[in-house]
Amino acid sequence: MIMFISRLGILAAFLGFWEFASGRLIQKYLISTPSDIAATFWEWLLDGRIFFHAGITAIEAIAGFLLGAFVGMTIGLILGRAEKLAELLNPFIMAFYSIPKIALAPLFIIWFGIGIEMKILLTATIVFFLVFLNTYTGVRSVSQELVNIMRLMGANERDVMRKVVLPSAIVWVFTGLRLSVPYAMIGAIVGEMIAANRGLGYLLSHASSQFNTAGVFAALVAIITMSVLMNTGVSLLARISMPWEKAKQKREISI
Amino acid sequence: MQAEKVDQMVARSAAPHTEAKPELVRFDAVSKSFGALQAVRDVSLSVREGEFLTLVGPSGCGKSTLLNMTAGLFAPTEGTVTYGGVPVEPYNQKVGYMTQSDHLLHWRTVARNIAVPLEIAKLSRGEIRDRVDELLDLVGLTGFGDHYPSELSGGMRKRCALARLLAYDPETLLFDEPFAALDAQLRLKMQMEIRRIVAQLNKTVLFVTHDLDEAVALADRCVVFSGRPGTISEVLDIPLPRERDLFSIRHNAQYVQLTARLWDEMAPSAAAGEN
Repeated sequence: MIMFISRLGILAAFLGFWEFASGRLIQKYLISTPSDIAATFWEWLLDGRIFFHAGITAIEAIAGFLLGAFVGMTIGLILGRAEKLAELLNPFIMAFYSIPKIALAPLFIIWFGIGIEMKILLTATIVFFLVFLNTYTGVRSVSQELVNIMRLMGANERDVMRKVVLPSAIVWVFTGLRLSVPYAMIGAIVGEMIAANRGLGYLLSHASSQFNTAGVFAALVAIITMSVLMNTGVSLLARISMPWEKAKQKREISI
Repeated sequence: MQAEKVDQMVARSAAPHTEAKPELVRFDAVSKSFGALQAVRDVSLSVREGEFLTLVGPSGCGKSTLLNMTAGLFAPTEGTVTYGGVPVEPYNQKVGYMTQSDHLLHWRTVARNIAVPLEIAKLSRGEIRDRVDELLDLVGLTGFGDHYPSELSGGMRKRCALARLLAYDPETLLFDEPFAALDAQLRLKMQMEIRRIVAQLNKTVLFVTHDLDEAVALADRCVVFSGRPGTISEVLDIPLPRERDLFSIRHNAQYVQLTARLWDEMAPSAAAGEN
């Protein structure tokens, strides 16, 4: 509770200083003011503009996230179990991984146009690698001794996959998912900034092109809010999917 | 005073109890190399049904390699390993394996960990529940079925792993230093438990350890290994009673004599290993 109030205090002090400094210490057109930003945000709320654009961005980010996560998990599981194949493909995967995915955006525009599909695929590409690499690592970290023990119990490859590999990789998968949230937003928003007439990225670059600083900040507030919501969603999902993690925390800590 | 009691027990069960039983596992001139490293050389050994065999020797002398070959995890480089008269094929499902790490599935509760082999065997839900309850009871974990492994103490985790091992009723149990990480008191307790359960269920056991006391206390027969590559230097018959009290056995003259002899046997190779 004290923590919460202190945090509110810090935020209030920051906003207060900003309001004060704007126009006095720093020119107003550079940093706007919190009150102007709030007014712009409120106006966008009232005319529904923010929901429209945020909705577009959310669809792109979430669809791209789901697609990338699904493909990344699947391929991570397969390659994690197929050692030889993984070794064969390793240099290619690493070459693709080292490309800054945003640099693919112009190519994606040629291939898929400037519609929503291009942003979804750009986001999916970014998310794919993070989830894939984490899933792969998770699968590879499964103890061979444990797999042998299961085999002696009569488990076939499917049993091993379902009872051991999948559940033990899930912690890693969620690490990948959690890492992916801000990157999914990057994919969607950069895509919109490069080529779109809808979405928070568009709102951001549009406001910027008109030197509407308050509008830029208002769009940023919306983006932050959406990131936080997505993060919370993934954390919630993680908690539901891994009830044993809670049991771990309950245990007393000893050195 | 307790020693007297044990001695009487020894006298009563003096007749060797493994004599008549048929052979179950047989190593015939077995050698195993991993690349340039020879782990085991020319090991011949016969294990009878219902026998509790301990394999003792310095670390890295290939004891675990023999267990792995019994389980069919890999084949010998030379010689043959047969189980029930048939050469061992990959994944010998007649055996159960327990290692130093308990390998519990930390995302499953105790009961659902024990249920794993039963699920693999496709038992019905009701059958699984009954069998799990029975096993929890057997290993002394009644009431802990709903706990996660991370909530259990080291000893309880071992009990859980043991219950899971017993769940699919393997004929032969392979133990690879299962209690090495436990403190002395807990280890003694688990050793007693193992003897009791194995006797009750009439299992054949191959038990690898580097603890000489453990090797004598648990065994019907103790195989002593030396050096690297591992070779059998001696096979000791342990003429202690089948039903023994591992606590008071420490005062038993025969036990003391046997462990002393093992110490003498092992000391030179231990000294040689130190450099």
